[in-house]
Amino acid sequence: MKRTVPLIITALGGFVLIVAYFLPSTLTWGENAAVWFDVLAAIAFILGGGNLLKIHLKKTSDKVSGWGYSVIVLVAFIVTLTAGLLKIGVNPNEQFPNYPFSGVYDQVGSVFWWCYEYGFKPLTASMFAMLAFYVASAAFRAFRAKNFEAMLLLGTAFIILLGRTFTGVLMTDFIPDDSFFAGLKFENLTVYIMQVFNTAGNRAIMIGIALGVASTSLKVLLGVDRSYLGSGED
Amino acid sequence: MNKDTKIWTIVFMVGLVLLVIRSFMVGGLFGTAYVSVEQMEYAEVSGGVGEENWVNINSEEALDFDLTQAPDRITWTKFEQASPKQFDEAVLADPNQDSYRFSLPRTVGLWLAVFFTMAIFSFLYKDNPFYKIAESVVVGVSAAYWMVVGFWNVMIPNLFGMINSNLVNGWAMPGLADDESHYIYLIPLILGIMLLMRLSPKGAWISRWPLAFIIGTTAGIRLLGFFHGDFLAQIRNSIAPIYSTTPQLAADGTAILDAATGLPVMGFDFWDSMRNILMIVGVLSCLVYFFFSFEHKGAVGKVAKLGIWYMMITFGAAFGFTVMGRIALLSIRLEFLFDDWLWLIDPTGKRLADTVGIIMSSVPMLS
Repeated sequence: MKRTVPLIITALGGFVLIVAYFLPSTLTWGENAAVWFDVLAAIAFILGGGNLLKIHLKKTSDKVSGWGYSVIVLVAFIVTLTAGLLKIGVNPNEQFPNYPFSGVYDQVGSVFWWCYEYGFKPLTASMFAMLAFYVASAAFRAFRAKNFEAMLLLGTAFIILLGRTFTGVLMTDFIPDDSFFAGLKFENLTVYIMQVFNTAGNRAIMIGIALGVASTSLKVLLGVDRSYLGSGED
Repeated sequence: MNKDTKIWTIVFMVGLVLLVIRSFMVGGLFGTAYVSVEQMEYAEVSGGVGEENWVNINSEEALDFDLTQAPDRITWTKFEQASPKQFDEAVLADPNQDSYRFSLPRTVGLWLAVFFTMAIFSFLYKDNPFYKIAESVVVGVSAAYWMVVGFWNVMIPNLFGMINSNLVNGWAMPGLADDESHYIYLIPLILGIMLLMRLSPKGAWISRWPLAFIIGTTAGIRLLGFFHGDFLAQIRNSIAPIYSTTPQLAADGTAILDAATGLPVMGFDFWDSMRNILMIVGVLSCLVYFFFSFEHKGAVGKVAKLGIWYMMITFGAAFGFTVMGRIALLSIRLEFLFDDWLWLIDPTGKRLADTVGIIMSSVPMLS
């Protein structure tokens, strides 16, 4: 019951959709399954939020080391959630002014928008921006031109970077556009690398990924791979 | 006082001194936000166009009605982001204007965003309480953000709206859902409730059923999608002519036509052929590299080596783009600090150069 039924549901769900793809009258099944999947994913966010609350409330009540940060997590979570679900500060939709809840939840000026604009956005953008330093640091250590492969990688990265900057364009500006060597201008080299070498490499990777996804999917549908069911202890 | 406390004290002192210098020596106000103010007023009218019987009293449509006979009104104030320049020009034109005003919530938000940006960047030195505070806020806000997005974008229209459209029509999304009720959508609702059983200590196994549905349908859709969209499409695109031709051009740039057939005369296109050959050789050699069923020795080894070279170029290009993306993000954050907060640069012309004092004097709480 605990493991057999999920295996049957998995196999049925997957194979029905595969068969439906080949039958014109059942083509929309895939679209409906995608909508159901979205609904379950949205409910999974509730599960995630509930789990977050559970963990941080426990940390706070147990007063474990760093519990103050758990309080910050809880406050940030509850304030944003309340503001978003209750649409605090959201004006009605101008087409339906007599419906107070008809405005969009992320309307500019609402409390939820404020949390996003001044909390979520600068924080996530800064975190990703900080990676610029780490990428540079990692590149310095990893990209020493020790062999031919490393030189290729390093050289391509430099050409791509230079080809997309004003400096790079200026560096090879002395080559006339209509000469035989125009292809050696950084901006043209960048385009050629992207169109030929990068496309060829990516194409092989995508073919490999597609084969990998297909084989993994078959393993899951046939019940060979059951790792998603967990250890079976619960 | 330990070493860390000394360093942080010095950093704060330097920051404070720079802010004071910015305020008094470079001159003027900074780090404030403004909004435009618009009063929205709707009146209930009868005999309007279509089914809607509320009209904006400031719209042209309102001229068609006698609003003195419409006592029911709905009003609210609409705030839109305004630049200091807009505010400044409005104050210059009329010191008592009320179309633009200083916004305390957005100013507080701006300074909070500055704090968060600095707190995240402080990790470059080492892990510290400011970074941990910012990290905790990210976790809390992002979890709630995606919950809210999922609720309003997916659950309301695609679940509750489908089960009972009147429930959504008469409340949150008037005019969005149709009048039909699709009770088949009770299934994802039940599966969703079963998924939430994961939080229960004894009922966690029940959540495997919806999980199995998610895994199964995803596997089915992905299997077909990747085979059709990636595997076949990539092979199809790789089948290109290695002998490519192009219309021959005359000295004036027009195509040379065959006298007998009237069709353009085609000639060998060296660069296009080379591009296709390099592409096909690249795809095949990379695929040989990924083929691990026999040892990479002899001819196979040499082809696989060529594949590695192609892969290195691909990774180099990907690395170059990643670096550019991160640097662009960094420059956006720096622009935020120097433009929106410190007002030291003005790339988009958001401020008037000589009116900082006017702004200062027109905001009562800051003058």
